Amino acid sequence: MRELLSLMLGAILVENFVLAKFLGICPFLGVSKKLDTALGMSGAVIFVMTVASAFTWAVNNFILVRYGLEYLQTIAFILVIAALVQFIETVLKKLVPSLYKALGIYLPLITTNCAVLGVALLNVQREYNFGEAVLYSFGAGLGFTLALVLFAGVRERLENCDIPESLKGMPITLIAASLVSLAFFGFQGLFQ
Amino acid sequence: MKALKTLANGLLKENPTFRLVLGTCPTLAITTMAINGLGMGLATTAVLVGSNAVIALTRKLIPDKVRIPAFITIIAGFVTIVQFLLQAYLPALNETLGIYIPLIVVNCIILARAEMFACKNTVFLSILDGLGMGIGFTLALVIMGSVRELIGNGTIFGFTVTANLFDPAIIMILPPGGFLTFGILIGLLNKFTNVKIRKTGCQGCSMQCGVSSSNKEVGAQ
Repeated sequence: MRELLSLMLGAILVENFVLAKFLGICPFLGVSKKLDTALGMSGAVIFVMTVASAFTWAVNNFILVRYGLEYLQTIAFILVIAALVQFIETVLKKLVPSLYKALGIYLPLITTNCAVLGVALLNVQREYNFGEAVLYSFGAGLGFTLALVLFAGVRERLENCDIPESLKGMPITLIAASLVSLAFFGFQGLFQ
Repeated sequence: MKALKTLANGLLKENPTFRLVLGTCPTLAITTMAINGLGMGLATTAVLVGSNAVIALTRKLIPDKVRIPAFITIIAGFVTIVQFLLQAYLPALNETLGIYIPLIVVNCIILARAEMFACKNTVFLSILDGLGMGIGFTLALVIMGSVRELIGNGTIFGFTVTANLFDPAIIMILPPGGFLTFGILIGLLNKFTNVKIRKTGCQGCSMQCGVSSSNKEVGAQ
């Protein structure tokens, strides 16, 4: 139990997917302008990441490893994720329209979010069992949320700042991200 | 003439990294050393040229509705080939780049070029476009890697450059240094060239994934 908890907390704080592992930078920079879009995107990412890691774990262990097809991992995983995202979108639209309304617009772009494929690959690389894999992915999603929400707050403040012309837009955003990342660096070595 | 223009397009005018700010994940993650940047850049170039060529070849066969899954499958195939080649011939590089090699699949530069260029142009032009974009990406990664390696470790491509000039600032080869270097490099480029970035990040990619449109939709609500 303790190990699982530290695995999850480690995924949130120490190995933060965005700020320490550089996975999912595009949505991090793309949708962090406003707090509510950041929250919507994060919700979708947590959901897809957790479900996708469960599916990719099963595909890897029950199909690919059993028949010696590990070399198809990359193709299999990306197709599973793409199909799953499509499936979740359809199901949500039909069954839980309110949730679909909140997350729907963020779902299609999650297919090419490298954090989702990244967590699936990490689960395999580190030989996690099913429970560990799902928990780790859930933690990674929470870490993504934390980074995105914190950064949305920072960016809302940046809007009112007097920034040199050439640094406006992307450059100052990256420099601000560097400072947030520096703050997260303080968690290094917390769970070793 | 058009061929030359296509090739040169990716180098500076539409440099995928510094101009369009695409493929940020590998740009930030693996540029702790110049040599890693070179390896990653060349691996991505290989995938880009291959996928652009095949997509241009099959562009009339792929139905419009399923083009994105079809593109992703083609790209994933090339990534697997590159992964095998690296495992066989450059195991050390493969080890350092780790999961970022399979993650080339979701590098938005490749999908963006497939969507914006390869599915509308001839095979020859698409190969040149892939080559130009790939070299532009490689160049950007090597510059990022050199700056970070120089300040963070005092070396470039493993050769000691600043032996006793200053103590290396290790923070530059840690994650915060990646964001900082990237931000400052884009800022400098904005200052000393007069081409303004029109669209950046996900807005710069023509994918129908909807970040740009989603912003509008959310704003309208």
